[in-house]
Amino acid sequence: MRQLLAYRFMVNALEAAGVVAVMAAVVGRFMVLRRETFAGHTLAAMSFPGAAAAALAGVPLAFGYFVFCVAGAASIAAAPDAGGGQQRAAAIGTVQAVAFALGFVLLSVYGGVLESLETLLFGSILGVTSAQVLTLALVAVCVLAFLASVGRPLFFASVDGSLADASRVPVRALATAFLVVLGLAVAATAQITGVLLVFALLVAPAGIARELTPRIGLGLALSVVLGLLIAWVGLGLSYFTNYAPGFFVTSIALALFAAARGLRSL
Amino acid sequence: MGFLGNALLAGSAIAVACGLIGWFVVLRREVFAGDALSHVAFTGALAAAAAGLDLRVGLFVASVAVALLLAVLGGVSPSARGSAEGTARADDVSIGVVFVWVLGLGVLFLDLFNAGGAGADGTIVARTLFGSIFGLSAGAARLAAVLAAATVLALGAIARPLLFASIDAPLAAAGGVPVRGLGVAFLVLLGVVAAEATQAVGALLLLGLLAAPAGAAHRLTANPYRGMALAAGIALASMWVGLALGYWIGALPPGSAVILVAGAVYGLTMV
Repeated sequence: MRQLLAYRFMVNALEAAGVVAVMAAVVGRFMVLRRETFAGHTLAAMSFPGAAAAALAGVPLAFGYFVFCVAGAASIAAAPDAGGGQQRAAAIGTVQAVAFALGFVLLSVYGGVLESLETLLFGSILGVTSAQVLTLALVAVCVLAFLASVGRPLFFASVDGSLADASRVPVRALATAFLVVLGLAVAATAQITGVLLVFALLVAPAGIARELTPRIGLGLALSVVLGLLIAWVGLGLSYFTNYAPGFFVTSIALALFAAARGLRSL
Repeated sequence: MGFLGNALLAGSAIAVACGLIGWFVVLRREVFAGDALSHVAFTGALAAAAAGLDLRVGLFVASVAVALLLAVLGGVSPSARGSAEGTARADDVSIGVVFVWVLGLGVLFLDLFNAGGAGADGTIVARTLFGSIFGLSAGAARLAAVLAAATVLALGAIARPLLFASIDAPLAAAGGVPVRGLGVAFLVLLGVVAAEATQAVGALLLLGLLAAPAGAAHRLTANPYRGMALAAGIALASMWVGLALGYWIGALPPGSAVILVAGAVYGLTMV
């Protein structure tokens, strides 16, 4: 344990993973509740064209993320809800593929190196700087503050949209706002920790919590604890074995999810 | 036949297969499963690279294995929405968890591959993720065309019962249609198509070829057979236009051009 905390880069990585784990667990619980896992994955992809466009235009990365996340969230929200979600899913899939295609075009115009592509997709949490940890913490505070302020109506709208609509909850506006915040949360953190790690921490703790309890408050607390556990144990194992953290984080997530589902079906 | 001829042959066959199966993917609300299957092709390719095998072996083994895994998960999903019990449709959280795990495995293989230096081919990541259709050899293109034709025939053979099972699973099951078996067979076929299309447009992009033409076709017509034909037609046209653009414009990667064209067509059906 002491060995683990002896290096600055490891402390930064553990801090960054902790921040991302807490934020992702809370956002993820809402994402799973709203059945927007696919949209979450697609919005995570926005960090790729966002980064490429920002590099090409010579503007700060955050600006590129913001533009692409809002555009992506707006396109998904604008998709017609016809056919019991068929068009929605087709639109999400198209948005994702177009985002990757656009990112690759921008990258090839820019003539950038592909190493950055690998980093963007799979992360380099072991190379996080102290300044980046601070950025992550700021993003997390903003995201959590948003969710705290709209938590109740969002929960209502997510569980029973038509009833919430009838009670004058702005269901559509909340849906779009949630997608934008989900996208920003994921894209801003993906740049630092990789899309893979963020998405794993977004879906797994929330999914496990859902298997274990239907209660939202308890579920939120449980996903935060699970998220921290998965992220830190994964990083620790990665440190001692020298293999990528992404592999351990996702493996622990899958094992816990399978165990939770097995427990529930007993 | 030059590289353009090879690309046209393989691309056309893959586009038709993607368009047809994509129509069912959208109908059955399995786009996220298609997303997972297409991304895991990446893991398969890297595993094959790390082991020093032909990339295609890894692509097909990984996609079909994950297709089967998703089918098993669909059988045990207590919270699968809008589907009768045991229709082999996994819920999106299980798909998400399995999917990130397979990508995590891919990262492990990437580590092993980089450490081992096997093959020493630095472009493998970019090629797998974004495709390299202009780099297909004549033999690879012919093989791709034959495989795509075989999947189209297989899909055609199960099209009628699959359509019935997708539209009304309980009624189909009551009528003696093997709903669960069809669901599994469909996911496996989707895995084969995904592995196939990865060579042309890449693991990150092929979802566009599954979702965009099919989404447009579903918007334009409710008639199933006309819809399937339309989806295949739009996919084929996007492939040709994309390849042409990629050929004429040097900085435009052909795989990306195909997806941008398909996405634009889908966008046009929205307005």
